[in-house]
Amino acid sequence: MSDNTTTKDEGLVNRRDALHLASGAVALGGAAMAAWPLIHQMNPSADTLALSSIEFDLTAVPEGSQAKILWRGQPMFIRHRTAAEIAQAKKDDKATDLKDPETDAKRITQSNGKVGKEEYLIMLAACTHLGCIPVGVNESGYLGEYGGWFCPCHGSQYDTAGRIRKGPAPKNLVIPPYLYTSDTIVKIG
Amino acid sequence: MSGPSKYVPQSGFEKWIDKRLPLVRFAYDTMIDFPTPKNLNYWWTFGAVLAIFLGIQIVTGIVLVMHYIPATDRAFMSIAHIMRDVNYGWLIRYMHMSGASFFFLAVYLHIFRGLYYGSYKEPREVLWGLGVIIYLLMVMTAFMGYVLPWGQMSFWGATVITNLTSAIPFVGESIHNWLLGGFAVDQPTLNRFLSLHYLLPFVILGVVVLHIWALHVPGNNNPTGVEVKDVEKETLPFHPYYTIKDAFAILVFLMVYFAFVFFAPEALNHPDNYIPANNQVTPAHIVPEWYLLPFYAILRAVDFDIIPGIFTAKLGGVIAMLGAILVWLALPVLDSSKIKSMRYRPLARIFWFIWIANFIFLGICGAMPAQAPWTWLSKIGLVYYFLYFLVILPVLSKIEKPKTPPASIADSIADAPKGEEPNPNIVGVVQN
Repeated sequence: MSDNTTTKDEGLVNRRDALHLASGAVALGGAAMAAWPLIHQMNPSADTLALSSIEFDLTAVPEGSQAKILWRGQPMFIRHRTAAEIAQAKKDDKATDLKDPETDAKRITQSNGKVGKEEYLIMLAACTHLGCIPVGVNESGYLGEYGGWFCPCHGSQYDTAGRIRKGPAPKNLVIPPYLYTSDTIVKIG
Repeated sequence: MSGPSKYVPQSGFEKWIDKRLPLVRFAYDTMIDFPTPKNLNYWWTFGAVLAIFLGIQIVTGIVLVMHYIPATDRAFMSIAHIMRDVNYGWLIRYMHMSGASFFFLAVYLHIFRGLYYGSYKEPREVLWGLGVIIYLLMVMTAFMGYVLPWGQMSFWGATVITNLTSAIPFVGESIHNWLLGGFAVDQPTLNRFLSLHYLLPFVILGVVVLHIWALHVPGNNNPTGVEVKDVEKETLPFHPYYTIKDAFAILVFLMVYFAFVFFAPEALNHPDNYIPANNQVTPAHIVPEWYLLPFYAILRAVDFDIIPGIFTAKLGGVIAMLGAILVWLALPVLDSSKIKSMRYRPLARIFWFIWIANFIFLGICGAMPAQAPWTWLSKIGLVYYFLYFLVILPVLSKIEKPKTPPASIADSIADAPKGEEPNPNIVGVVQN
C-alpha cells in the first residue's frame, strides 16, 4: 500500500464505517424496542390504574378517632381531629423540628386548592419510610411524642397533622387528591 | 491448577464420545483427577455442602409449585393444603423452609472461611466476586420465596423491602410501582415473585458453574495461603480424597438439618407468618428471617438524615445495607497484604474475630425492636462492620508485621507436630 492511500483513509468516514454504525444503531434500537414490552408489562396494568374514585361518608368517623379505608388497594387514614389536636397542629406550624415543613392548612387542602375541613385529616396510611401502617388513635399502642401516629416498624413519629417529626421517614404522610362533594361526603381519587 | 488432561478413554464408547463431545474427559478432569492441596481443613467442605443445598432447594421447590397457588385469596390456604393434604407435603415444605436457613448457614461459613484465609486475593478475585454475586442472588431468591406463603410477615416484609426502591432519587416511585405492578403489594406482586423465585435458582446454578470454573483455573486456596508449588508432592486427586471428606461433612451437616426438619421445623420461622396477610394492619414488630438480620440492623441503624431533604435517612439506610454486601467485591483491592492466611497475620486475625462477633451482634440488634439501646448499638455495629473493610484491613496491610508463612505447603506438612504414636494396647480391644 502506498503512503498516498494510507493518508487518504485516515480520519475519513468511509462507506463501510457508515454501514457499520447505521446497522449497529438499527440493531440497538430494535433490541430496545423488543425489550420495552417485556419491561413495561411489569408496570401497573389498566385495571390497577383505573382508579375508581371512592366516596366516603365522614359521619362514620366520630370525633377523636380515625377510620381506615382502602383506595387503589392502599389503606388510608381518615382522622376526625379534636379541637385540641387541631390547635396543637397549628401551633406546630412554626416548630423548628419539621423535616418536611408544611402548614396545617396545607395538610387539609383539597385537590382544587381550596382548604377543606380542619377537623378531617385524609392521608395515605403508608409510612413514608418503608410503607408500614403507623399506629393511630383508637388502636392499642404508643402514639409517639407528638400524639399523631407512631410507626412500629422503625420508629417514625408523626404529629396531629401527619407531619414527620422524628425517626427515619423522610416525608409527611401523603395527602391523596380529594374533594368534598357535600358537607359530609368526600370523594377520593 | 488445571494442567494437561490425564484422562485416557478406556471403552470404545468413551473413545467415540471423546472425539465428539469430551464430557467424560471434562468430568474426569474436574471431579476426579483435579489436583487439590493436601492440607485443606473442614472449613473447605462447605462448597460441597452448598451444592447439595442448591439441589435440595431446587428439587423441593419444583415439587412445591405443583401444589401452590399464587393468588392472594388462595396462597395461604394452598400452603395449609400442602401441609395437611398433599402426600408428604409437610416433609417437602419443611425441607424447603429449613433448607433456606441451612443454605444460608453454610454460605456464611463459606464466606467467613474466605475472609479468614484470604481466598479473595490474587489470583482468585474473580472467583470471589462471582461468590458475592451468588450470595446477592440467594438473598433475592430467599426474600421472594418468603413472600409466597402470603402470611403477615410475607406481606409486610414485601412492603418494607420493596419500599427500599422508592429511596432512589427522582425515579424511585416509578421503579417502586413497576416492581409491585401497582401502588401496594398485591396480586401482581405475588405473581411475579413466584415467577422470579422459580427463575433465580437456575441463574444461581449458572453462576455456580462459573464459580467452580474460576476455582479450577487457579485451584484451591489452602489454610497456609501459600500457593501450590509442587503438584506431585503437595496435592491429591479430588477423588477419592476430597469426595470422601466432603461426603462426610455433608452427612454431618444433613444430620443437623434433618434434626430441624423433623423436630423443630418452626424454630427458625416467625409465628406471625401463620396469620393470613392483612393489608390494613402492620404487625407490631417486623423482622426478616434470621439470615438477613445483620443487614436489616444496618438498614435501621441509619435513622438520621445525612443531608436533610436530599440525602435522607431512608436513602442512607438503603445505601448502607447494599454497601455492606457490595464492599466485599472491593476486598481484593482494600486488603493489599501479600500474606493470604490470617494464621500469619496476628493483628488482622484479632480484627477478623471481632468482625465475626460483630456480625452476629448486628444480627441480634436486627431482631430487636427499633428502640434504645438497640438503635445506638446497631450504629456501633455498623461502624465496626465498615471500619474493618475500609480502614482496618487497608491500614494493616501496610503496617502489620506478619509472621513468616511456611515456604511451601510441603514444608507446612513436614513441620506439623507429629500425632501421638498409636497406642499398641488399643489394637487388641476387639478380640472376638
